[in-house]
Amino acid sequence: MFYIHCPYCGEHREEEEFHPKGQAHIARPEDPDACSDEAWGDYLFFRDNPRGIHHELWVHAVGCRKFFNVTRNTVTYEILETYKMGEQPTVTAEHPEGRPSRDAADQGTLHEGVRA
Amino acid sequence: MQRYSGFGLVKHALSHHENWQRQWRNPTPKKQYDVIIIGGGGHGLATAYYLAKEHGVKNVAVLEKGWLGGGNTARNTTIVRSNYLWDEAAALYEHSMKLWEGLSQDLNYNVMFSQRGVLNLGHTLQDMRDIQRRVNANRLNGIDGEVLDAKGVQELVPIMDCSKNARYPVLGASWQPRAGVARHDAVAWGFARAADAHGVDILQQTEVTGFKIRDGQIYGVHTNRGDIEAKTVGCVAAGNSGVLAKMAGIKLPLESHPLQALVSEPLKPVLDTVVMSNHVHGYISQSDKGDLVIGAGIDGYNGYGQRGSYPTVEHTLQAIVEMFPIFSRVRMNRQWGGIVDTCPDACPILSKTQVKGLYFNCGWGTGGFKATPGSAHVFAASLAKGEMHPIAAPFSIDRFHTGALVDEHGAAGVAH
Repeated sequence: MFYIHCPYCGEHREEEEFHPKGQAHIARPEDPDACSDEAWGDYLFFRDNPRGIHHELWVHAVGCRKFFNVTRNTVTYEILETYKMGEQPTVTAEHPEGRPSRDAADQGTLHEGVRA
Repeated sequence: MQRYSGFGLVKHALSHHENWQRQWRNPTPKKQYDVIIIGGGGHGLATAYYLAKEHGVKNVAVLEKGWLGGGNTARNTTIVRSNYLWDEAAALYEHSMKLWEGLSQDLNYNVMFSQRGVLNLGHTLQDMRDIQRRVNANRLNGIDGEVLDAKGVQELVPIMDCSKNARYPVLGASWQPRAGVARHDAVAWGFARAADAHGVDILQQTEVTGFKIRDGQIYGVHTNRGDIEAKTVGCVAAGNSGVLAKMAGIKLPLESHPLQALVSEPLKPVLDTVVMSNHVHGYISQSDKGDLVIGAGIDGYNGYGQRGSYPTVEHTLQAIVEMFPIFSRVRMNRQWGGIVDTCPDACPILSKTQVKGLYFNCGWGTGGFKATPGSAHVFAASLAKGEMHPIAAPFSIDRFHTGALVDEHGAAGVAH
C-alpha cells in the first residue's frame, strides 16, 4: 500500500484515493497536423519502461482531483518525491540522490513520499 | 530421451523410482550457436523446441537468468481460450488452441490440458451485445462459441448467483467449450525436456547483460557466463522485454505492470469450468488439486516487483464473492504477482527490429499463457526463415506507426 503525499493538499493519503495515469512529462506535439507518422506514433504509444527510477503522472481522484507527478522506483516501489504539474523532478536516474540545491526544493514545494 | 508411458511407470516402480533420467541436461555454454533465445519461460522454451523439431535448427541455446518457467509461466492462472474478436488475433490464438489439443502427445508429457470450457459473463445490455458480436465473429473464423442466457449459465454453474438480486445481475455469457486450463509448470517442463532431447542447450542462471551489434547486425550477446555468439537472437522475456530492448537501443510501446493471482485452500470439487467477468472484473477456476485459482486486473502503475497491491486483491475478491456468495468464507492460501508487458492495443508484438537478426516476441500482457504453443510455433518459423510467419506478420512493431492496430481490449478486457 502506498502512502502518497499530494503536493496540492499538502497531506499524505492512502493509495486508494489516487489513480496512476502513466508516464509524466510527455508533451503533446505543438503542431499535430505536421507530425510524421513516426513522431505521432511515438507520442501516442511509446513509453519509458525503466527498471528503477520512473516519473509518473497521478491524479488525486477522490481528493482534490488534481494531477501531479510522482518519482518512484519501479523495483522497490519507494516513492522518492511528489511535485506539482509544471515542475521538474530533483531525483532522476542520473541523480538518484537528488540534484543539489534547487530553487523549488528551497521553497519547500517538494516532499518526500513514504511507503507504509 | 526416456519416453514416458504406463509401462515405464510400472518398470520404474520395481526400482523404487530411483533411476529416472533427468528431464534435461545442464550444459556449459558453447561459444557459438545458430540461434539464441533469451527467456526460459513457456514461450522461449517452446520456440526452441519448434526450431529444432520443425525447422531442423538444433544448435540453439535458451538463456534464462533465473530458473525455467519461474516468471509468468509459473504465475498465471492457466486459462486457455481462443475467442478473440479480430481475424488476426483469432488466427493466432486458434492456431495455439489446435496445438494445445495435441500437445501432451506431441511432447510425451502430460500438460494436463483440460477442455472444461470458459464462460465470459455479461452483466449489462452492452456486454451482451459485445458478446453476441464476438461469438458471431468467432464462428465465422471457425472457433467454437455459443451465447447463453442467464438460465443457461445457471445450468452450467449451479453455485453462481444468477438471480436478479445481484448488484450486477448475470444476463448471459459467451461459452467456449473447447477452452479450458492446462498445468502451467508442466508446459515449461514438457517443452524444456522435448527441446533438450533435440539437442537444445538450456542455460539457466545465465543473464544477458548486453548485445553485440556491428553495422546494424546482431552477432552475439554478453552474459554473466561470458560472451555467446549467434547471428539470430529472439527475445522472449515478457515483463523484462523493455530492459532488453533498451540494451539494444530499441524502443518498445510496452509498460510492465504487476498482475496478481491468488489461490485458496483446497476444496472438494465445486466448480468444473472457468468463469470470467469483465464487468465485475474477476475470474476463477478450480484446479485439479481443489484450490480456487483467482485473478483479476493489473495494478495501474508500472512495476517490476513481482508482487501486487492490497487494494487490487480486495477488489478481486469483492468480484468473486459478488459472483459466488458461497465462497465468501473460503480462506486464501497464497498470493503473488507476475510482471506483464502490456501493449496499447492488448495484442502481442512478434516482430523484426531495426537490428538485423534481432527479433522480439513480447507484449502478451495479461494473456500470454494460452498462446504459448502457437506463439512459439510461428515465432520459430519466423526465426528459421528470416521472414515473419503469415500469422505473426500483423503483429509487427510497425503497426504503432502505421496505425494498423489490432484492438483486442474487448476480448482481453479482464486479465487472464
